[in-house]
Formats: sequence, structure tokens, C-alpha cells
Amino acid sequence: MDIDLSAPHSMGTTIIGVTYNGGVVLGADSRTSTGMYVANRASDKITQLTDNVYICRSGSAADSQVISDYVRYFLHQHTIQLGQPATVKVAANLVRLLSYQNKNMLQMGVIVGGWDKYEGGQIYSVPLGGTILKQPFAIGGSGSTYLYGFFDQAWKEGMSKDEAEVCKMLIFVPDICSVNMFWQKILFLCYHTITSQIMSYVLSRWQLL
Amino acid sequence: MHVIVEGDRERMARFAADAPTRGGFSFDLCQRNEMLLKKGTQLPTFRKTGTTIVGLVFEDGVILGADTRATEGPIVADKNCEKIHYMAPNIYCCGAGTAADTEAVTDMVSSQLQLHRYATGRESRVVTALTLLKSHLFSYQGHVSAALVLGGVDITGPHLHTVYPHGSTDTLPFATMGSGSLAAMAVFESKFREGLTRDEGIKLVSEAICSGIFNDLGSGSNVDVCVITRGQTEYLRNHQLPNPRTYVSSRGYNFLKGHTEVLSTKITPLKSKVEAPAEVDAMEE
Repeated sequence: MDIDLSAPHSMGTTIIGVTYNGGVVLGADSRTSTGMYVANRASDKITQLTDNVYICRSGSAADSQVISDYVRYFLHQHTIQLGQPATVKVAANLVRLLSYQNKNMLQMGVIVGGWDKYEGGQIYSVPLGGTILKQPFAIGGSGSTYLYGFFDQAWKEGMSKDEAEVCKMLIFVPDICSVNMFWQKILFLCYHTITSQIMSYVLSRWQLL
Repeated sequence: MHVIVEGDRERMARFAADAPTRGGFSFDLCQRNEMLLKKGTQLPTFRKTGTTIVGLVFEDGVILGADTRATEGPIVADKNCEKIHYMAPNIYCCGAGTAADTEAVTDMVSSQLQLHRYATGRESRVVTALTLLKSHLFSYQGHVSAALVLGGVDITGPHLHTVYPHGSTDTLPFATMGSGSLAAMAVFESKFREGLTRDEGIKLVSEAICSGIFNDLGSGSNVDVCVITRGQTEYLRNHQLPNPRTYVSSRGYNFLKGHTEVLSTKITPLKSKVEAPAEVDAMEE
């Protein structure tokens, strides 16, 4: 088994986004692989686009990082021009436009999640090719194949935050690409519905042996 | 009768005047290259560094390390090359991959950083170098084969990043790249901890590079170390020399005249043939 260190840096990944009563929960593993070698065992696949919108990245590391940077830049300008925080729909559509119009050259599948005052917590899936799908929950990355069955059985509408935390356990589900993960980052975007302010966002790191 | 004969120089000048200036890559020689390949000539390979480069963050800043062997396939092209490149007084960058690519890309970004310093009046930041590198490498879609470990200390603190040829970057407390990266990473994973002192950090970096030097065929020769802290950078060139040349001829390597038999001699004097035109217009201001 030869380790091909010149293979493009890609992420064998599991990414999850779930809506619940009051916001969204995003989760991702932390392994970046180059062929069979783990190039980074502590990578951060949940990237911030704005204060209220985050993106879970999978696929080519370079492509998803560059697209996130462009979208962050466009959203920043958009926020200034609009005079209020950007909506999740706008953020997701910016990702989709870049992904679709450059589909020949890009290889990335992402989940855009966030909260805005108009629609509340939303999850948008933008897979390979540049489709955009608004979903109550979304899974992505090569490890997601093992989660379709679980979600089919376990997910239901209108979960509370604690129930949505079941998302935590999902990342513990072993799969070929993210087995023996050391760190997972679970990002909770909690928005207090009364004041519409960001009350807290909690990042927790879970160590697995 | 005065016959005008078109010489080579005139023909080339005529073509040059007719051809419009074109941008982009000139494919004129591709047919000739293909023909040469069919004939059996081998194109020269590019020199890859086959390297071990490492970086780690310690309590006061960042330490970078590199080996010093540059390879051209199975041959060692340079036994003591410099793989730790200067980017800014407070930022250095180790390069693995194609030697020309790492050299060129670090030089280019170093110049861009200098211009940026003049424009802003401030010390360069590591994230600036990072963004310049990643956008250049991404736009070349991986064809610029430069895998870099970028480290430095700026006003926001110590930073260590890895940059891959396709343009992705990672931010890490310790990093290794190059063909010897697995050997070096093994050392880091077992011995690294947060808050190392300067001496402990240098020792660990040297150990990691030595691990690459001895266990990877693409890395070898000496250990270079660079210690960057707030306000001070120390470039320890050849910090360790674990591969000294042990078998040296005691008689020396002087070959005096008379030692080698001369079979034949042919001397061709070089004639300087500069024909200045007879009448020259004086240069006018």
C-alpha cells in the first residue's frame, strides 16, 4: 500500500446539519486525508461565513476553502449594502452560484446552516454539481452513506435542542473514512427566539480513542 | 549589378515585424519537442527536493526546520541547499516539492509583502502571506508543485500554517511536509506538547528532521533550523551536521601538471569580430 502524498488534498468526511426548535446544529469530523495519509487530524470543517451563517465543507479542501472565502467576502459586502444581517438563503445561494457556474473545475459538497429573523433556523445542502436543496436536516461527505438509515429512523420534526444533540452521537457512528477520529467539532447555533439575539454558541471537542 | 541577397538575420527580422505580439504560452516548439521525444532523447527532469520540512509553535514563537538535500530523481543534486526561505523579517517559509516552484513562489510573495509593508507602514502578518500563497497556488490548480510550511510571529501572535499545491491550507500547532513527513510526524506525535521552551523546541525539531534524514531516501545531509520570536529571528544554518564526509583521501585532491598524459593539443583562438558601422549618428538629447 503506497502512500500517494501527491494526491490532491481531500477530506474523507462526515458532515451533518439539523434544524430544531430555535435554531440549527452543525457537526463535522476533523480528518483531512491525502490519499491514505492523514494530513491533518484536527482540521476545522465548520467555517464561519457571517455571524449567523456557517458552512460545513467536504470534498476538495482547496476548492471548499476558496469558495468559502469568496462567499464570506460577498456576504460581507451584501451585509453592508443591505444594512442588516444576511439571510441564510442568500448565503446558500451564493455558494450555489459559484458551485454551479464552475462545476467543471470544482469538487465540493457543502451544507450551509444558520439562523435569520425571517425564516428561523435553516439548512441548505449544496452537493456536487451545484444543486441547492432546503432540507430540515442534511448529511454529506463520504461518511454520510452510513447515516442515511439512522436518520431515516431517528429524525423527526420539531425536535428540542436536547433531541437535536443526538446529532452528537451520530458522528460517533464509525465509518471507513472517519473511523478513529480524535476530535469532532460540534457547533451549536442557538438563537434565543424572544430577543432574536445570539445568546451563545458552544463549541465542544470530543476525544475518541 | 547589386544583387540583394536575404540573409538569415534579415529573414528573421521580417518575420518578427509581421507577427503580431501574442500573449500566453507559445506552442511553437511543441512539434519539435515531440519529434525529439520520438527520436529517443529524454527531456531533462525537474529537480524535486524530496524533503523533510517541519514547524512547531513553542511558548515564545515558532520554530521551523528543514533538511538540506535536493534530488534529481535518484541523484543528489545539491548536498547543502537552503529550504527555509525568507518571506519577511518575522516570517519564514520552508518549501517542499519542485525546487524552482518553491523558490519562485516564496520570492514572489516575499516581494509582494515588502510592497505591502511600504503601502501600509506596518509589519507583515502571517495570514497575509498565507492568503497570497493560497490564491496563487489555487489559480494554478496544483501545477505549481509547492508544498510549504509557513511560520512567523506578528502583532497577533505566533502562527504556523501548511500550504498544499492545490491551494488548501491548515493551521496547526505542529506540522510536517515533504517525502519525510511521515517519519518526522511520528516524532512530533510522540514528543510534542504545548508550551515547549526554546531549547526543547529546537531539540525536538532537530530530532524530527534527523528522523526524516535517516529514514527517508529523499531527505539527507544537514539540519537547518529557524527560530522566530517577537522582535527577533535566528536562522541557524546547518545547526546539525549528522552526515560528515568521513573518507577523505589523505594525499589530497591536487592534480599537478604532468600527472595526466596529454594525447593531442588543438588551440582555436577566439576572434573578436565586431564590425562597427562606418557612419554613426551622434546621440542627440
